[in-house]
Amino acid sequence: MAVKRMIEAIREALDEEMARDPRVIVLGEDVGVKGGVFVATRGLIEKYGPDRVIDTPLSESGIVGVAIGAAMNGLRPVAEIQFADFIHPAMDQIINEAARIRYRSNGAWGCPVVVRAPYGAGIRGGLYHSQSVESFFAHVPGLKVVIPSTPADAKGLLKSAIRDEDPVIFLEPKRGYRAIQGEVPDGDWVVPIGPARIAREGDRLTAVAYGMMLHLALQAAEQVAGEGIEVEVIDLRTLAPLDRSTILASVRKTGRLLVVHEDNRTLGMGAEVAALVAEEALYDLDAPVRRVTMPDLPATPFAAVLEDAVLPDTQRIAQAMRDLARE
Amino acid sequence: MLRTAKEATASKSVDVALEAIGAERLLAMYRIMVLSRALDERMWIVQRQGKVPFVITAQGQEAAQVGAAMALRPGHDVVLPYYRDMTLMLALGMTPRELMLNVFSRAEDPNSGGRQMPAHFSLPRLRVLTGSSPVGTQIPHAAGAALASRLRGEDSVTFCSFGEGATSTGDFHEGVNFAAVLQLPVIFFCQNNRYAISVPQRRQMAVESVAARAAAYGIEGVSVDGQDPVAVYQVVSQAVERARAGAGPTLIEAVTYRYVPHTSDDDDRVYRSRDEVDQSRRRDPIPLLRDRLVEAGLWDDAREQALREEVARIVDDATAYAEQAPPPDPATVARHLFAEPAAES
Repeated sequence: MAVKRMIEAIREALDEEMARDPRVIVLGEDVGVKGGVFVATRGLIEKYGPDRVIDTPLSESGIVGVAIGAAMNGLRPVAEIQFADFIHPAMDQIINEAARIRYRSNGAWGCPVVVRAPYGAGIRGGLYHSQSVESFFAHVPGLKVVIPSTPADAKGLLKSAIRDEDPVIFLEPKRGYRAIQGEVPDGDWVVPIGPARIAREGDRLTAVAYGMMLHLALQAAEQVAGEGIEVEVIDLRTLAPLDRSTILASVRKTGRLLVVHEDNRTLGMGAEVAALVAEEALYDLDAPVRRVTMPDLPATPFAAVLEDAVLPDTQRIAQAMRDLARE
Repeated sequence: MLRTAKEATASKSVDVALEAIGAERLLAMYRIMVLSRALDERMWIVQRQGKVPFVITAQGQEAAQVGAAMALRPGHDVVLPYYRDMTLMLALGMTPRELMLNVFSRAEDPNSGGRQMPAHFSLPRLRVLTGSSPVGTQIPHAAGAALASRLRGEDSVTFCSFGEGATSTGDFHEGVNFAAVLQLPVIFFCQNNRYAISVPQRRQMAVESVAARAAAYGIEGVSVDGQDPVAVYQVVSQAVERARAGAGPTLIEAVTYRYVPHTSDDDDRVYRSRDEVDQSRRRDPIPLLRDRLVEAGLWDDAREQALREEVARIVDDATAYAEQAPPPDPATVARHLFAEPAAES
């Protein structure tokens, strides 16, 4: 087992799946010769050639649409959208096409595509290199939405996504590409899509997070642990389908729920997790549900002081944990 | 890059047509066109009878579709049709019963089991990929399907059909450009019937011909008389050959006209005169082809009578079969959201 950065784990997953299955192709802007703007695909074109690692025209709807057609005709395309902020032109292809192909054909056709996109704030990316788009997709039946928060999960979940028979939106917390390091098991390491992970055990309250916020929630949990508050931190890993049983089991144990995400507050994943707990575990709660999220703004502004003013950080999360534990 | 039908083909005379495709194929074309028209008319009747909620059909565009279909290898070439392609589907091998099951939204409908509106075609045995209602979205799919075929080293081509309204979409540009840049084996087949629902061509584009747009992508563009199935067959055949030879995609415009409203919910009197529709019927592709067959000595009144009777029987059978076929089971409504375990599917 070796310690790797998240970006390396993603590259390894792509490399190994391309080696394992000749149906796997990678396509997107700058993914070939340049190896991607975050170098997730570096080295692949040299190994697998330009027929399988395709530098596409600058056309997000086209990239996803081409991937869909190739998937229906037997390939396993992995489409890269350079930043999640640029995925919106492809929304029709993802929502009206990829997500509905199996259902609308009554099971006759499938659409095994993976759409990878770096997402999230905290890199001084401004309005158009910082967005969190997960809730748009988690709302759509027929899509699986995956967000890894560790290198081991990034590799294992991406391999599962590529092998999946259905479309997977694979969102990568770009702030963690190099910042997050961790051990990645050797060999054909695969993590199933669906189950959440208990990232830290505790009994005082449950904190649900994913992506970069998972790491901030873990840091916050360490801070408040020194004050006698033991937080159970759940890493969702898969936003759709949601692992309801892991969330409910934890909340039934702790009686308190905090949800943390850098997506907007209104109709974000926090709203869904809160509704789930209200429906299924209301009488297990000892305090109202809390959320730490981005406020409802277009995205994090570019200037550092503006971004820092709105993006959830460890201090805010720790304070929410303290407040919730006292209620 | 732009050629017109007259330059691309010279099928005005019967002899040339016969030489090009042979008597057998010419007769088959005529049979499919007559059958398609009869099925089409019956679909409108069952809709007006209140037996089905909605139809969308192909009257007027039969020649363009049958000509194109006959240039393809059914089950080998990949096909992405649009909602007006019932003649294309019939010519490729979808049966009249299957088409009527689709109209009646029955469980046995092979297109979607009653999940989609009629004319959203899908049929794996013919490599017809499932489509949606948003216009033009299948155009990038065609590029992707062709990419897959080429990567596997198949010699199949991908045929993608759409109306002229679709050429205004972003997906048209992105899909055609992608196929052009990668020189993919695709035939982009635009049936220009002059109206996108109510909007006429002059409000859709500032060029006279859809085929003129090919030049902007660096690909071959051909405009052909869509009322002449032989001319269409020849143009599509040339595009197929070009695709198989690795010479890349072709954009074909088949100039045609639709005789019926856009759908059973549309009233086309609002946006086009009866005069115009009547004028266009003078070039109804079915009598045009019949005249040529008669001229060539391949057709007469007795054969026509026999065909009409055969077609009536087929249409009656298809309608009766579909009407009595069971509807989809509501217990299945949540199935096939995702792949099911092999044992269940």
